[in-house]
Amino acid sequence: MARELVAIIKHDCPVCVALLPALDAAAVDGSPLRIVSQSDGDDTAALWERLHLGAPVEIDEELELSARFDPDAVPTLLLLEGGEERGRVEGLARDRLTELAAEAGVALHLDGLPAHRPGCASRTRDPRIAAALAVRAARAQGRLRSRSLVIGAHEDPHEALFERGLTDGLPVVPPTPERVVAMLEGTHRGSQEVVGVVPPYGGTATVEKVAVNAVMAGCRPEHLPFVLAAVDAACEERFSMHGLLATTHPAGPLVVASGPLTERVGMNARGNCLGQGNRANLAIGRSLQLVVRNLGGGRPQLEDRSAHGQPGKVGACFAELQEGSPWEPLSADRGFDADETTVTLYAAEAPRLILDQIARDPEGLCASLALGLQSVAHPKQLLIWDALLVIGPEHGRILREAGWDRARTREELMRRTTSRVGDVLRGAGGSPEGLDPAVFGGNPDGAVPKFAGPERIGLVHAGGGAGLFSMVYGMWASGEIGSTPVTRRVEPWT
Amino acid sequence: MDLTHGGGLELLDPTAERESGDRPLAAPVDGTAGLRIALLDIRKPRGDVFLDELERLLSDRGFLVERTAKPTFTRPAPADLRREIAERCDALVEALAD
Repeated sequence: MARELVAIIKHDCPVCVALLPALDAAAVDGSPLRIVSQSDGDDTAALWERLHLGAPVEIDEELELSARFDPDAVPTLLLLEGGEERGRVEGLARDRLTELAAEAGVALHLDGLPAHRPGCASRTRDPRIAAALAVRAARAQGRLRSRSLVIGAHEDPHEALFERGLTDGLPVVPPTPERVVAMLEGTHRGSQEVVGVVPPYGGTATVEKVAVNAVMAGCRPEHLPFVLAAVDAACEERFSMHGLLATTHPAGPLVVASGPLTERVGMNARGNCLGQGNRANLAIGRSLQLVVRNLGGGRPQLEDRSAHGQPGKVGACFAELQEGSPWEPLSADRGFDADETTVTLYAAEAPRLILDQIARDPEGLCASLALGLQSVAHPKQLLIWDALLVIGPEHGRILREAGWDRARTREELMRRTTSRVGDVLRGAGGSPEGLDPAVFGGNPDGAVPKFAGPERIGLVHAGGGAGLFSMVYGMWASGEIGSTPVTRRVEPWT
Repeated sequence: MDLTHGGGLELLDPTAERESGDRPLAAPVDGTAGLRIALLDIRKPRGDVFLDELERLLSDRGFLVERTAKPTFTRPAPADLRREIAERCDALVEALAD
């Protein structure tokens, strides 16, 4: 089979310039040596004129040949047989170049050149060009299938996306194909795999489409597995994302991450973890909201009928703090292995403080926490509204030192949030809201719990090291009649 | 290679790329006695108060009333229920309540 040599050069590489006269002399008529330039026609022609070269030169206009053989450096000399690579030399390595050329029957005379010079980076290694080539390859392989939106040179990308209704109002990172291809590096899942069908209109969330929204939200590629898991959870029927949008209640999806990967991707489980200033928490939570908006079609005041909403509907996400926790990880509580990383999705209101700076024993602390829990939705609304308690480290220490696991803590909280029926009926205490006497009024001295079961009190440990505080999230209508929390494993990206 | 996109910026569409086809409104129901009207309770408190009153008014005017209900207000009506209503009734009144 015919052997040929291909020399790849670029005009602004001094090592290429030094080697070119020898290549030119060898590329006589009938020679199997081709010279290919990564520079454009004008720059290449100018170089040929300056060096008085006569050999024909091919311009690798779209860098297709360069991308195919993907050298780190130029000059690169390739030995091909039937189009397949049989050997290569990158940079100037005098003896190896001569030997490789000889294998194709070409005599290269390199006397007077240095024995070794490393060459220059191939144009395919220019970061902008490498990104564009990755996009081209992704499209050719069908990994990138989204429609293109071309924003005019005089348009502001943020304003253009906002006008198309594609943002939450805050600026987004423009989802260029290059950024989306880089984002897809964050998962080993196929880009066209379907993550879920997103309510309310049933848009299909492929991995690629979730990645586009994750770029916009400000994610880094390592955040993508958390977003994919959260989207998967949101599309689960028992989470009831459709109802969560349609309700006038203020709740929205809250992402609680648990496990070793949370720290690796920079999530915050410590000071201000429910607040601002941490990219991973904010971007992961916001990605889910952008997916619901852009893929599901759920928009405030249109499909989303919430009377007030709450700030967490821009995006709500935090990580569990395992260090110092009184309990095993939330992942384990939700049925996964303790060393797995998971996200659990709750249909949650905004959080609020429960303060107790006096309690030093678990009974006293739980009495205070129970008073805070009673207020979820309404102190006389019972059995419908679940809660998630975020126990701060200073409260957590009291439970940990007493050896109270989740079951013991829940048992105490259930007991202390149980009311006398007569005290929580409609009209009791002057408030018309409350339990319906037609259903519950038979025995005013009977007992009725606030929560439908101990498992309806979510418990997670997070927060800064100082402050005798915990936080409580009230939930939207829970269980069969509403939303059930859903946990998904976060798939490691490497 | 050209990285300029003609001077513009190429972005990828973050939506599901579905066209929302125009759906024409159904023809108005002819207000003739004898039509069968479904009243759908979405299971919100006091929705039944509104529907009871509506049933009385419609029955007085000679309409046939069929009471239906969603299993829970928090989820869309099941497909079977929607189909049943569409097959059995000429019109539907849904009591959204709060």
